[in-house]
Amino acid sequence: MPFSDEARARLEADTSQIIGRYPQSRSALLPLLHLVQAEEGYVSAAGIEFCAAQLGLTEAEVTAVVSFYSMYKHRPVGEYHVGVCTNSLCAVMGGDAIFSDLQEHLGIGNDETTGDGKVSLEHVECNAACDYAPVIMVNWEFFDDMTPQSARELVDGLRSGADITPTRGAPRLCTWKQASRILAGFPDGQATGGHTAGHATLAGLRIAKEHGWTPESGDAAQTNAGGSGPPGSGVSPGGAVSPRANTGRQQ
Amino acid sequence: MTSVLTPELTAYWDEPDSFTLAAYQRHGGYRALARAIAMPPNQVIQTLKDSVLRGRGGAGFPTGVKWGFIPQGDGKPHYLVVNADESEPGACKDMPTMLANPHALIEGMVIAAYAIHADRAFIYVRGEVLHVIRRLHHAVAEAYEAGFLGDDILGSGFSLQVVVHAGAGAYICGEETALLDSLEGYRGQPRLKPPFPATAGLYACPTVVNNVESISSVPYIIGHGAPAFAAFGTEKSKGFGIFSLSGHVTTPGQYEAPLGTTLRELLDLAGGIRGGHRLKFWTPGGSSTPLFTDEHLDVPLDYESVAAAGSMLGTRSIQLFDETTCVVRVVLRWIEFYQHESCGKCTPCREGSYWVVQLLDQLERGEGSEADLEKLLDICQNITGRAFCALGDSIEAPVKSSIRYFKDEYLEHQRLGGCPFDPAASSLFAMESA
Repeated sequence: MPFSDEARARLEADTSQIIGRYPQSRSALLPLLHLVQAEEGYVSAAGIEFCAAQLGLTEAEVTAVVSFYSMYKHRPVGEYHVGVCTNSLCAVMGGDAIFSDLQEHLGIGNDETTGDGKVSLEHVECNAACDYAPVIMVNWEFFDDMTPQSARELVDGLRSGADITPTRGAPRLCTWKQASRILAGFPDGQATGGHTAGHATLAGLRIAKEHGWTPESGDAAQTNAGGSGPPGSGVSPGGAVSPRANTGRQQ
Repeated sequence: MTSVLTPELTAYWDEPDSFTLAAYQRHGGYRALARAIAMPPNQVIQTLKDSVLRGRGGAGFPTGVKWGFIPQGDGKPHYLVVNADESEPGACKDMPTMLANPHALIEGMVIAAYAIHADRAFIYVRGEVLHVIRRLHHAVAEAYEAGFLGDDILGSGFSLQVVVHAGAGAYICGEETALLDSLEGYRGQPRLKPPFPATAGLYACPTVVNNVESISSVPYIIGHGAPAFAAFGTEKSKGFGIFSLSGHVTTPGQYEAPLGTTLRELLDLAGGIRGGHRLKFWTPGGSSTPLFTDEHLDVPLDYESVAAAGSMLGTRSIQLFDETTCVVRVVLRWIEFYQHESCGKCTPCREGSYWVVQLLDQLERGEGSEADLEKLLDICQNITGRAFCALGDSIEAPVKSSIRYFKDEYLEHQRLGGCPFDPAASSLFAMESA
C-alpha cells in the first residue's frame, strides 16, 4: 500500500534535507532506505517506490540495492531487534550458547519475531566489540559481556516494557523505527548521555596511568625489533583484578 | 624509563565528557589545526610523509604518500572519505575511538582535507553502531558551531563540509572502492584498480580514503611534529597505535602502544591468558591474517616482523584462543562469514567460499578426509589473487595457517567422527564458574 498523503509529505521534507547533503542525489539512497524503514519498520514495496520516485531511479535499481545490505529488512521487524553475535570469537566465548538459548526461550528461530511483535531475533556478524564478547546488539546498541541468563533477562525486560539501558549506548533504548531514523541522519538528541567507555575500552589506559606512562614520559626509545625482554615484566599481572568478575549482569 | 604503553588517542577516555569539544580543547584539541592551516598544504603532506604514519586500517600504506597522489590544480572537486566501516572480525578499536574521542577524527579530517584541497568530506560509518553515529553527529555539529567546520575555517579562507553517512550492513564496504560505490548509492562492490581513488574515486574525482585511526593520529603528528611520532616504533613501522586484545585473555581491551611491541609484552600487561589455561592460537590482525601460535609470542608486532613470520599486522586485532578451543570450528565460522559477505562480483570468491565452507563443515562434523585438506588448500589457492579485492584472499589465510599448525586436529575429527572439543569449556561462563 502506498504511503498516505500525510506520510508522503513528511517524508518528502526529510528527503530534500537528505539529498541536500550530497553532491549527487543518488548518494542519498542508503539514508533514504533507512528513512522509509523508520516509517514502516522494514523496506516495503511502498518504501522502494518512494525512494525510486524521489531519486529518479527505477524500482528495480532500488531493489537491487536493498537486497545487498543486511540491515534493510524485507519483513516487519519487532519493536526490538536483538542481534546475537555468532562470529567466531563471540561464538566461542558463549555467543552460540546464548543464541540457541534465546531461540528456545522465545520460541522463535533466526530472523523471526515473537507473537507480541516485541522482539525479533537474528544472529549477526562481528560488531566491533570483540573485547566485550559475547556481545548482543539491541536496535544496534551495545550489550556487552552477555551470558545466557543476562540475555534471557534482557529479552524478558524488552517484552515487559522494563527500562533497559545499553552497556555502552544511549540512556534510553530507542525502538527499531527510531533507530532507523537516526541512521537516516536525524539524531535523537541522546548523544551526550550514556556510557562512553567500558572496562575493556579503558584497560590499557588504566595500566598506563598506574605507571605514569604517556608518549612524553619515556625516552621515546625505539622498540627493539627482534625482541628484548618484556619491559612490562615489572607489572604484576597476578594482582590485576579481572574486570570480568562482574560481567553479564548489567540489566 | 621507556613507556610500554603510549596513551595518546586513548589518553583521557576515562573522563565522562571525553567525547565533547570542551574536553578535547581542554586537552589541547584543535591547536594542531591552527598550526596546519598556517602551513602551505604541501608542507602538511610532507610532515605526514616524514612521520611515516602508515594506514591504520590494515594495509599499512603510508598516509602522507597517499595524500601526495592527489593531483593539484586539476580543476576537479577533491574528496576526503573516512573509512569507519570497522567490521573485520577481531577489529574493535575505531568504534571506541569515535565513541570516546570523535573530535580527534574531526580535527584530523580538517587538516587532511586542507592538505589535499578537498572542501567536502564524508565519514562512512557502519550502520550497526547507533551510539557511535550519535556521537559523530554531535561532534560534527559542535565543530560547525565552533567554526572548525564550515566556511572560512579560523579565518583561513579554507572551507569544509562534513557529512556523517551510515552504511547498511555489508563487510565488503570496508574495501575502499566498494565503500565509494556504496557512498554513491549502489551495491557495495569493489572496483578494478587502477584507476585508484586518488585519480578516480568518489564521483570519479580525486579522493583520499583513510581509516579512522589514521586520520585521528594526524593532530598529534602536526601538533608534536613528525620526529616526535617517528621516535616510536621500529625502523619501518613508526609511531604507536591501538592493539585490541579479545578472547581468552584475563583483561581484554584496547592497549595503545608503539608498533613493534610483542604479544608477550601485551599479555604481560593484560594478566595473561585466563587462569588455568594456555594460549593455543591467535590472530595478529583480525581473521584475514594467518594464525599465529604460542611460538610467535616474541614476534615484534610491526609490519615487517609479522610478515617475516608468515602473517600480517593488519588492524592489530589480536584474538586469543586457549587450548579449549576447536580451531576447525573457529575457521569454519570465519569462512561462513566471508561466504556471507562475498559481494558476488568475482566468481572465484563467490563460488570458492561456498565450497570451502562445505568442506570445512564436513571436516568439523568428522565426515571429512585427509584428501579434503589438500582440496581445501587447492581451492584456496585458486581464490587468492583471482578477484578484484582482497576478501577472497582472506579465505586462504585462516584455512592454510590452521592446517599448517593444526593438521592433526583436523584429522582427529575424522578419527573420532566428530569434534573432540566441548564448546562449553571455551565459553566465558565456563570462565566465570572456574
